[in-house]
Amino acid sequence: MNPEMKALYQEMILDHYKKPRNFHALNNQTHEAKGHNPLCGDRVTVYLVLDGNTVKDIGFQGTGCAISTASASMMTDFIKGKTIDEIEHLFSAFHDLVTLEKPLANQDKLGKLKVFEGVREFPMRVKCATLSWHTLKAALNEKDQPTSTE
Amino acid sequence: MGNTATNSIESMSKNLQNVKCDFPILQKTFHGKRLTYLDSAASTQKPNAVIDCISNFLKNDYANIHRGVYALSQRSTERYEKARRDVAQFIHAKTPKEIVFLRGTTEGINLIANTFGRARVGQGDEVLISSMEHHSNIVPWQLLCLEKKAQLKTIPMFKDGSLDLSKIESLISSKTKLISIVHVSNALGTINPIKDIVEIGKKHDIPVIVDGAQSAAHLEVNVQELGCDFFIFSGHKVYGPTGIGALYGRYELLKEMPPYQGGGEMIESVSFEKSTFKLPPDRFEAGTPDIMGAVGLSAAIEYISEIGFDTIGKHEATLLKYAHKQLQQIKGLEIIGTALSKSGVISFVLDGIHPHDIATILDQDGIAVRAGHHCAQPVMDYFGVPATTRASIGIYNNEEDIDALVSALHHVQEIFK
Repeated sequence: MNPEMKALYQEMILDHYKKPRNFHALNNQTHEAKGHNPLCGDRVTVYLVLDGNTVKDIGFQGTGCAISTASASMMTDFIKGKTIDEIEHLFSAFHDLVTLEKPLANQDKLGKLKVFEGVREFPMRVKCATLSWHTLKAALNEKDQPTSTE
Repeated sequence: MGNTATNSIESMSKNLQNVKCDFPILQKTFHGKRLTYLDSAASTQKPNAVIDCISNFLKNDYANIHRGVYALSQRSTERYEKARRDVAQFIHAKTPKEIVFLRGTTEGINLIANTFGRARVGQGDEVLISSMEHHSNIVPWQLLCLEKKAQLKTIPMFKDGSLDLSKIESLISSKTKLISIVHVSNALGTINPIKDIVEIGKKHDIPVIVDGAQSAAHLEVNVQELGCDFFIFSGHKVYGPTGIGALYGRYELLKEMPPYQGGGEMIESVSFEKSTFKLPPDRFEAGTPDIMGAVGLSAAIEYISEIGFDTIGKHEATLLKYAHKQLQQIKGLEIIGTALSKSGVISFVLDGIHPHDIATILDQDGIAVRAGHHCAQPVMDYFGVPATTRASIGIYNNEEDIDALVSALHHVQEIFK
């Protein structure tokens, strides 16, 4: 296997693909959004329980490739207990991780999520890695809108 | 003019073993591996005969067509009109007047829907397609049905990906105004029995449109024998350039159809009060057409005609059989589309591994396949899969390519084990 492949399909990514964490709907969700990548047919639904500004619980369901499933799985693990502000920062750091050539200073807080840096060598796969993140953001925005209209 | 094209055809071996050498891109390497191109259903690669012909045409013979009085424009016009004759001969139209040049199959279906379809389909009427259509033979009809408050109906298929013809009669009524059907499915490879469908159409006086995007490079098309009213194909899927395609329509029908786009070259006379239109095919070719595309298509037709559909058909059928046999030995691999009458398209799913991951890993081995819904989402829904991996073959593929695919698929399984 060449180095790019090794970097893309790391053990941890394959493990999360085969055994996705938090792979279920929630009974008491406060927010939900569906994501769809029409290019490849990947679908994901993200469920959230938000307590104030903090993600108390999160789950997801859907079908997708190894990169998109593992990304959703690791994202849900990672953001549990984080605040909306923290998630905003993580989202942009993660986006930079999978798209930018040069690692930036904001990468440190990504922790385990850094296993996805191999994706940047595969521009066609960036959407796979970010689908669940975009869906998470949409789920959070769903909350923002009613808040702003009130 | 066009000498290089002729030369390279003459120097080309009739033996398909050497055909790979006619395609310069197939000599390239990707990720350090020789390119194994298995995506001809998306687009075929171009032989030197086509590349050189276009280049020579632009160097020696190009000008805008029809209007120029000077020699060069006449020469260019002659090449363009020769291309029309070549296409007519290629698909056995009665006359070149029945051939309209346009961008490709998608534009062809849109042209028919917007002219012939719009005039023919009214409120409460029905349009019949099959359940294995490409989006380009679904959406134009949906748009028309939406506009006319008409209904789109689909002929069902069996689990092997062949059409259930026994259902056609029950789907047809006096409201059925059109049948539009794919000749060869891009997602399944199924070759549909067009003659039978045309016969049923004729019995009920329903015109039949055939989407030939996936057939024209692989089977000898004889529109008169098929008996269809329209047939459309794309240049880039028959080893020719992108941006050019051809629509065949029975002249009696074309003659009655209103223009598709307005502009130069399609008119007889224009005043601010009223314009009159030329006869087909000119009526449907507004504006400067893709002249070099037509010339390139003509070279592509010459190239594959030289090889001949007997040779092509035998070669591709043997290779398809070999591919099926080899692929079926891979544990957990299921081929989607196993109709008896099948062209060189092999869609498959691999247990527990998503097509996108498969295609990415295959690419590292220099293998180009397609992963996704292949613009046929209803087909994916029917088989209950979000996507498939699709390997599709052309005249330049051989057993070595299939072996490379099989060995790379084992590689994929190792990564995911």
